[in-house]
Amino acid sequence: MAATTLKRRKKISLIPYLFIAPNMILFLTFMIVPLFYTIYISLTKWNILGTPVFIGLENYQKLLTSKVFWRSVWNTVYYTLGTVPTSMVLALGLAVILNKRIPFRVFFRSALFIPVVISMVVTGILWSWIFNADYGILNYLLSLLGLDPVGWLIEPATAMIPIIVATLWFRVGYNMIIYLSALQGLSPSFYEAARVDGANGWQQFCYITLPLLRNTHVFVLIMSMIYSFKSFDIIYVMTGGGPAKATTTMVQYIYELGFQTGEMGRASAVGVLLLLFMVAFTLLQLRGEEGAK
Amino acid sequence: MRKHRRTLDGSRVVDVFLIVLLVLFTLYTLFPFYWMITTALKPASEILVVPPKFFPSSLQFENIPKALSMAPFGTYFLNSSIVTVTAVIITVFINLLAGFSFAKYSFPGKNALFLVVLSTLMIPMQITMVPNFIILSKLGWLNSLVGLIIPSCAEAFGLFLARQFISEIPDELIEATRVDGAGELRIFFSVIVPNCHALIGVLVIFTFMWRWNDFLWPLIVVKDQAHYTVQLGLKVMQSYQYVDWSSVMSASLVCILPMVVVFACFQRFFVQGIAASGIKG
Repeated sequence: MAATTLKRRKKISLIPYLFIAPNMILFLTFMIVPLFYTIYISLTKWNILGTPVFIGLENYQKLLTSKVFWRSVWNTVYYTLGTVPTSMVLALGLAVILNKRIPFRVFFRSALFIPVVISMVVTGILWSWIFNADYGILNYLLSLLGLDPVGWLIEPATAMIPIIVATLWFRVGYNMIIYLSALQGLSPSFYEAARVDGANGWQQFCYITLPLLRNTHVFVLIMSMIYSFKSFDIIYVMTGGGPAKATTTMVQYIYELGFQTGEMGRASAVGVLLLLFMVAFTLLQLRGEEGAK
Repeated sequence: MRKHRRTLDGSRVVDVFLIVLLVLFTLYTLFPFYWMITTALKPASEILVVPPKFFPSSLQFENIPKALSMAPFGTYFLNSSIVTVTAVIITVFINLLAGFSFAKYSFPGKNALFLVVLSTLMIPMQITMVPNFIILSKLGWLNSLVGLIIPSCAEAFGLFLARQFISEIPDELIEATRVDGAGELRIFFSVIVPNCHALIGVLVIFTFMWRWNDFLWPLIVVKDQAHYTVQLGLKVMQSYQYVDWSSVMSASLVCILPMVVVFACFQRFFVQGIAASGIKG
């Protein structure tokens, strides 16, 4: 009797491990192992066809003195600065409106959100057509305003702008939904008290809504930054990193090195540096947040 | 009294400004769809013209089958469907099962394992794509649908959501079934799964969207046209030296159709899922 309960208990205690096993095996194989593996590869010289040769920190040394690498860092920062603050401000503004009783609210909410479900390949193609230098609708609209046509995607100086506009097309709607659900969670009693004190809409927004949403701001900020840091599809489709490396971000650079020129070691080193940047930015953000509290 | 009126007017100005912003922004999100549809259906002679034609003189619905016959889109659709459906089934199943385990059992190492999973939440596949490519080649999964499906089935966000959701199912329900002599897997199927409609909805929709729209991973893994997904097929179509915009738009329209239908039917789950990801923060 005692033996059977013991046996039964032992059998049960294996079950939770069995239930998590498929997940854990996949995590281990395609997440944890690759993470350490990429650090190892970054310390080697590895042409895709040959065998890896350990060279220490040489890849990092070469990268940190390479113009193309710093160009890719700058492009990543440019793209992030162009997409993150803009998408947050617009998303918050639109969420505030959609949180009011306005006509056609459901329609507007869906209209703002629908680009989120469209693939980035289609999004990129669509916006390249709109920004087409010769036949694009945008240059035509500019000509109606008496402005000269712009080369957009074919000019290094302007190529990042269409990519940012295309990114905002779906990112604002995504952030808007997060803000909207946060707004709906705020207690109306705060606003009633403020109204009794004679605060107008703008004051209520500045002194109640903004501070109460602090956690949401931090969350949206971190998510958006990670998202911008890792963007690939839309850039690859719209410019392929060109013209003249003007839109080669760090992820784009990893792809070029790893899968076009076959320098696995160098590509992994860019990946490790990108990860370090992301961790640093996130910690900085959380630190700043704690300091504010 | 006067003061009261002034504040009212001030907030009305803000309101008008906000409504204008909303309408302009809606134009920005919706106009590209109009432009995609009209470009797809215009007669060929009205595509590359200045000034562009806002209203096509006629709608040529035969543009769509013509565009799809320019490349083996039937194969691409089949591949995308196989990848998406299989990935959805596997992802939802293994994440629910693991979420159940993390939520309702206590076992040595549980918290440590969960922390490890959580810490991968922030690591994008872009950083591990080089080693993953090598691992896949060692497994012999390059250039295959298996290689497209399996690697990203375990997903930190899904597991996190599943654990959160399942931990709110009362223990009494599980105990009652256990007393009736049900095995643990029976409990999973007869108690957990039926109580997780919203969770399953969110997981299905997000996995579906993510897999159907996936581009970078197929770009790396697949070489043969026979294994192309629709997104790869579209990209190839857009890379020709002289882009046939009407055909590219026609094919794009068909490629977004499944997502638009899913969106129209299950919008609620999209909103819930994104809101859930926000609450977590």
